[in-house]
Amino acid sequence: MLNTRVLESVLIPLGALLASALIFAVFLLALGKSPVTFLSLVWTGGFSSWFSIQSALQRAAPLILTGLAFAIPARIGLTLLGAEGAVVIGGFAAAAVAIPLVGAGLPTAIVWPVMALAAMAVGAVWVGLAGWLKHHRGVNETISSLLLTYIAIAIVSFLIEGPFRDPGSANKPSTMPLGSDYRIGGMFDSSVHWGLAAGLLLAAALWVLMARTPFGFAARMTGGNLRAAQGQGLPVGRLLVACCAIAGACAGVAGFFEIAAIHGQANASLAAGYGFTGILVAFLARHNPLAVVPVAILFGALDASGGLVQRRMEMPDATMLVLQGIIFIVLLVSDTMYGRLPFLNPNRSGART
Amino acid sequence: MTQAKLSDCMPQIGPHPGGAMSLETRAMTKTFGALRALDDVSLNVRAGSFHALLGENGAGKSTLVKCIMGFHAADSGATLLDGAPVAIASPRQAQMRGIGMVYQHFTLVPCLTTAENLVIARPDAPGIIYWRAELQRLEAFMDRMPFRVRLDRHVADLSAGERQKLEILKLLYLDQRVLILDEPTSVMTPSEADEVLTLLGGMAQRGEITVLMISHKFREVKAFCDSFTVLRHGRVTGSGCAQDTSIDAMSRMMIGETQLRARAPRLTGEASGTTRAAAQPRLTLDAVSADDATGRRVVDAVSLDLHAGEVVGIAGVSGNGQSALVEVLAGQRALSGGRVLAHGQPFAPRRADLDRYKVFGLPEEPLRNAVVPRMSVAENMAFRSFDKPPVAGRFGLISPARMRAVAAGLIRRYNVQTPSADAPIETLSGGNLQRAVLARELSGDVEVLIVANPCFGLDFASVAEIRAQIMEQRNRGAAVLLVSEDLDEVLELSDRVAVMSAGKLGPVVAVEATDRDRIGREMGGH
Repeated sequence: MLNTRVLESVLIPLGALLASALIFAVFLLALGKSPVTFLSLVWTGGFSSWFSIQSALQRAAPLILTGLAFAIPARIGLTLLGAEGAVVIGGFAAAAVAIPLVGAGLPTAIVWPVMALAAMAVGAVWVGLAGWLKHHRGVNETISSLLLTYIAIAIVSFLIEGPFRDPGSANKPSTMPLGSDYRIGGMFDSSVHWGLAAGLLLAAALWVLMARTPFGFAARMTGGNLRAAQGQGLPVGRLLVACCAIAGACAGVAGFFEIAAIHGQANASLAAGYGFTGILVAFLARHNPLAVVPVAILFGALDASGGLVQRRMEMPDATMLVLQGIIFIVLLVSDTMYGRLPFLNPNRSGART
Repeated sequence: MTQAKLSDCMPQIGPHPGGAMSLETRAMTKTFGALRALDDVSLNVRAGSFHALLGENGAGKSTLVKCIMGFHAADSGATLLDGAPVAIASPRQAQMRGIGMVYQHFTLVPCLTTAENLVIARPDAPGIIYWRAELQRLEAFMDRMPFRVRLDRHVADLSAGERQKLEILKLLYLDQRVLILDEPTSVMTPSEADEVLTLLGGMAQRGEITVLMISHKFREVKAFCDSFTVLRHGRVTGSGCAQDTSIDAMSRMMIGETQLRARAPRLTGEASGTTRAAAQPRLTLDAVSADDATGRRVVDAVSLDLHAGEVVGIAGVSGNGQSALVEVLAGQRALSGGRVLAHGQPFAPRRADLDRYKVFGLPEEPLRNAVVPRMSVAENMAFRSFDKPPVAGRFGLISPARMRAVAAGLIRRYNVQTPSADAPIETLSGGNLQRAVLARELSGDVEVLIVANPCFGLDFASVAEIRAQIMEQRNRGAAVLLVSEDLDEVLELSDRVAVMSAGKLGPVVAVEATDRDRIGREMGGH
């Protein structure tokens, strides 16, 4: 029984990926492009060389974190679209809190943890708000978290263009740059920043949390049947808010690394869509924190090869978005296949009334 | 097999234009996958008879009437109306042939009035309705009917019993002359049930209609029906004249030659009786009130003491606040007034209090209230224990192996039929699901047990077992609150009884000091 379920949760997403690839191939053929070329370019751009692998892993790091930000609330039955907002507002908080610390010349051993904590705290509060509204006011969490994302982006862009604007950033309004001394570099002489390590660590920790601790068990109970969880005396409100806060903190970490490792300052580039791609990552990973990692790497590779596809095949950069959209729709459709694969359910024939 | 001669016990009525029709099925067989739901079922309902269709849950009663109504296509066999074979492929065709059915769930539109519901049910309802003329016709129709429901009332404001009456009126309004009723009295008070069944019986006797009623209640069958058919495991195990057949004989046909189940043994220990009044109650409800989502008061100042070693039964017609009361005690509904005490201390349905005062529950509809359908049997059985040793081990981490081991023990002890401890609990049958919940809630030390409709929809064997388990908890000294819509269950298990009506709890009296009729009157709000 268990084996069939595990097998299903591997086979069906893989099948969905395959089906999406076929549909995308038809799309390419219709445009007169070669699917084979596309595939080989994805291979070249994402996996073939140390350079392309680094590039894929670098893009995978924020996707792991935003994937977790969708997967954890999903286990308690919430569909949150708030990761993008938490990346942006968390990243901004990290950049803003760094300004006085850098100004005082404190060592990175202090500045980085404070920045990370600020990003996590702000992200947690931001997304936690959606959970609070859900439990105490009955507000649909999907809508509220999406709106909170737009509010976060608006607030941050107001602050960056107004009070926090670095006078030196003429063309693109930004906060004060951290300076090269405070930038987080690559791990072990590579160009992959430490955000990947943080993502791997968090994925493992959150897997343990959800699969092996009473907190995770209670959260899964609540997600599976709210009334049964209430009947067992579980503090469902606190669980809901806690799961949202964890999600916000994960996205906040992604924002922190975007600032400290990539941009060096907060600006409009923070809203790069990692929060939304993370939704797709989590779906494909069946909301399993460990499975988020390989899926995020796959999407990182797709993203990394996007430029190559654009140049060599003369296709617009939205091509990758089309592929993502196809994967998402096929994935949602594939959800109906659970328990219905004939070769996995031999004894479940006939109608049941 | 008992086969009394039907012609002996009821008057012969010939085909009657515009009146009752006879209904027959011949050798009807229906399979769902490997399950043979109906096996060569021949049913003979004479014109103008009031025929009972008896059988346990899962015996095939519903499948049979659904085949007659055209919901299911039978694999083989035929339906005959007035002796002529008819092909019915949909409920609409059944309606055109004059066969109507009252379902267990309501099919009325709550936000429309009685009159509107009746008119829109007509297949020939005009595109533009002249209400004045329709209302006049409806008034005339109501005058001809043996019972009436006010035409201008919204269905949402009708009681469950009135709605059921309206469902029946709707069939008569549509000129259906074969009425199939699926447990029609389950939502009525005993007096309402008697009224409706008497009137339908009268119409049948006058040859106006034929009634086929699915029922579980022998009392109704004996009082109102003239003939009956019993199904068991999809086969006809007996039929005959309801008046000449004893209840014992009927129940043997229903459950086979196995022993009729005995009442769960009730022990009288020192905890019961006179000493009870002096002791501290295990659970006290003090003017407990609760509202529904719209702010309407559904539980109105309910006060009750629950002592060790007793079962307090709360009877009542569905929808009078009993479910809401259980929800309050289970933490599924907010308390809007009053307080709950356990051992004299303030009690909230939080995990800490549930554990401290050893409060357990068997909620109604376990799939909705007691289990997480997609989690495994082992996980569901660990709901009480996942945050405590031995399931939670070092560093508070849960060990799936220990969780499975605990579950395996419970599965054996409570005889839960499951393919494995890792199977999703939603794959279990109703009886096994309830046994799994029972195993989880009753395997430890129970001081307070809150039970709601524990046997709803279960077969005889499971019912006996579950009632025995509840009684055993009482005998071991647990304080049990039993909320049930099954009056027989309340009377069988309770030491003290009270009736809940319109959100208020009536006086709590010893079960010896009351009887069915009195409780029935109170259920009706008298």
